[in-house]
Amino acid sequence: MDRLNKNREPFLRIAKRTDITPFRVYATRIIAVLLSLVVSGIFIFAVTKLNPVDVYKSLFAGAFGTKRRFWVTIRDTMMLLCIALGLAPAFKMRFWNIGAEGQVLIGGIVTAGLMRSLGSSLPLPVLLVLMAAGSFLGGAVWGAIPAFFKAFWNANETLFTLMMNYVAIQLTSYCVALWENPFGSNSVGIINQKTKAGWFPAIFGQQNTLNVIIVLLLTVAMFLYLKSSKQGFEIAVVGSSEKTARYVGINVKAVMIRTVALSGAICGIAGFIAVAGASHTISTSTAGGQGFTAIIVAWLAKFNPFIMVVISLLLVSLQKGATQIASQFNLNDYASSVITGIILFFILGSEFFIRFRLIVRGKKENSKGGAKA
Amino acid sequence: MKKKLFAVVMTAVMAVSMAACGGSNTASSTANDTTDVSVMEDVTATVVEAGEPVAAEDIKVGLICVEDENSGYDASHIEGITKACEDLGIDTATQLIIKKDIPEDESCYDNAVDLAEEGCTIIFSDSYGHQSYMQEAASEYPDIIFVAATGDMAATTGLGNFKNIFPHTFESRYVSGIVAGMKLAEMMAEDSSLDPYVGYIGAYPYAEVVSGYTAFFLGVRSIVPEAHMDVQYTNSWYDPTAEGAAAEALMSKGCAIISAHADSTGAPSAVQAASKNGKKVFCVGYNIDMRSVAPDAALTSAQNNWSVLYKHMLDCVIKGEPVPVDYSVGADQDAVMISELGDACAEGTAEAVEAAWKGIKDGSIQVFDTATFTCPAAEDGSYTVDENGVVTSAYGLDADGDFVNDNGEAIVDGAFVESELRSAPYFSLRIDGITELN
Repeated sequence: MDRLNKNREPFLRIAKRTDITPFRVYATRIIAVLLSLVVSGIFIFAVTKLNPVDVYKSLFAGAFGTKRRFWVTIRDTMMLLCIALGLAPAFKMRFWNIGAEGQVLIGGIVTAGLMRSLGSSLPLPVLLVLMAAGSFLGGAVWGAIPAFFKAFWNANETLFTLMMNYVAIQLTSYCVALWENPFGSNSVGIINQKTKAGWFPAIFGQQNTLNVIIVLLLTVAMFLYLKSSKQGFEIAVVGSSEKTARYVGINVKAVMIRTVALSGAICGIAGFIAVAGASHTISTSTAGGQGFTAIIVAWLAKFNPFIMVVISLLLVSLQKGATQIASQFNLNDYASSVITGIILFFILGSEFFIRFRLIVRGKKENSKGGAKA
Repeated sequence: MKKKLFAVVMTAVMAVSMAACGGSNTASSTANDTTDVSVMEDVTATVVEAGEPVAAEDIKVGLICVEDENSGYDASHIEGITKACEDLGIDTATQLIIKKDIPEDESCYDNAVDLAEEGCTIIFSDSYGHQSYMQEAASEYPDIIFVAATGDMAATTGLGNFKNIFPHTFESRYVSGIVAGMKLAEMMAEDSSLDPYVGYIGAYPYAEVVSGYTAFFLGVRSIVPEAHMDVQYTNSWYDPTAEGAAAEALMSKGCAIISAHADSTGAPSAVQAASKNGKKVFCVGYNIDMRSVAPDAALTSAQNNWSVLYKHMLDCVIKGEPVPVDYSVGADQDAVMISELGDACAEGTAEAVEAAWKGIKDGSIQVFDTATFTCPAAEDGSYTVDENGVVTSAYGLDADGDFVNDNGEAIVDGAFVESELRSAPYFSLRIDGITELN
């Protein structure tokens, strides 16, 4: 009997964890990041024969080495975080909004247009509010269109939002051609380069303080919205089961359109920040793929805005460090993409071990600590 | 589990989008003739006051590249600045910082400022689109010199520390045109019915491209006077597919020789494929020797030797001499050249090339000699022609597009003098014999 059982039992089995403590959850994640650094180190050494510690030092110096670099990293972290915040409500509702790129661009176009046309005639605070409101609305419309079609005709939102990106990219190209400066350069150039009209003002001597303030306020607001508000609850219910939502009397169509409009609107705000608070220009690369990267940020953080801060910072600093290792060690910046890939792989892998455990043949199934994280 | 699977899929999406971004940068070097300034002066006369001499071992040099050495355009810049540093005794390991893959957006500004904070004395950028970000950085660091290669705004910004450099590419285009003309003449001698029809693929319809293809065409026509040329624009600096398709379209229209001003190897590859299929077609490239992609069809390529320009700018800093706002030199300083002649070149090409270089250097050949081309009468008044269509006067620059000449007469002693009023090209006359298809 015993022998028979052993033969039938597979060498490894997977069981769901039910008793994991928050401490172990975070410990697992930290171990995963450390392990990924070790593996990346082995990769770096195997491929380039460089000392991985030196490369990591250089990576860190590239992201935080000087005050300026620190602020550039912070500025870009805020941008990525803002898009991730925008995606969170939609994804929590199980609405696959792949259209953040387009929503950011629409926000950017509105901001750039207002900046060009009203830059010299309106006082800065009025202009900033106007640009923020315009990009909020623009992003909301761009999000609401696919949500409307999904709500009423069950159109596939993944494809719809994705294709809205291409429409937004073409619109951006059109505006770039329209606003070309200097003529023939195929770019808008820096808007209001001399007057700096419509640019985020320096606060506490820092050009990007306002970016941080806006996005951190949004972070707290989004946390409260998702966790404590009635609308946040509706989002969670629609996300887990539309039928349940309908049964308890939630207007699913309205919630869907409202939520995705909000999602697009916050992405539009990200476009506003990108144009008025960072680049002061608009091009098809203004969103720069961050609309997709932000999906990872939102998912990895399980839609917790505060964890999104950490993940955005990690991804952006890796990206910033890349340029430094490229010029210091003559490594192509794809080396950094490989490191980023390895780290993400380990973080995603750690989620598996947080939710499940492996049981090796012969071990007792419910012995605590029997299965390692 | 579904959630996780999705996250994994999204990771893949991100990886792909990152890769796509990496590949979509364009190495561009456009010139243009409209900027929002109203007053321009003769820029060759404008220089900043001389600084203190700096010892070669105390100088620090920065270069911002739009792509890395995998792009022929950037490779020629990296090679150029490295050679210039070596010649001047600047240690490339410790005194030269090269930032690669920097797109033409605010990351250019970030990196320019970063180089400034790293202690660079002089900072270069290699792509046209970097210009406004370099300007931005220059306005914040008045003690550091910022040079936007291929840019055209330095003289108009009024910043004493913002510069442009551009070699006399029209000279190497002219000489590469002579190589094409020799081949065309040989083909016509073999087949008297051959139409001397040349095709040219241009990136954008701007002065830099117009100046280049006109110089090339005048080179061809100096050998084959009855030659005519069609120009097809791709509206992109780097689009192998569009460039290949344009080459095919031009060949099917009967063009025997194809040249291109764009950064990919799309056109030479298409010509090589046609040549393999038995068609008698040849091509002239740009930046890099095209014999690697078109061993049978490539005649030569027009090339820039950036090290000459980099070296002069660095030398001025070291000696404490005024750094020119615009710096442009050509064959007389070996700043331009053509690549080694391909096997397909006609007999006597090497001698014709040598004679052309000699003529350009001693001034007996003016590339844009007004006696060699005619233009239709100008509708906008930007140039005037006599009853035979010979250009008698032309605007140097009309930067603001108000049809008032901004900075001096371009026609001097019977020739359009290119790259003298500023370093970036400004020849944009459309001459008879060349047809723009789009």
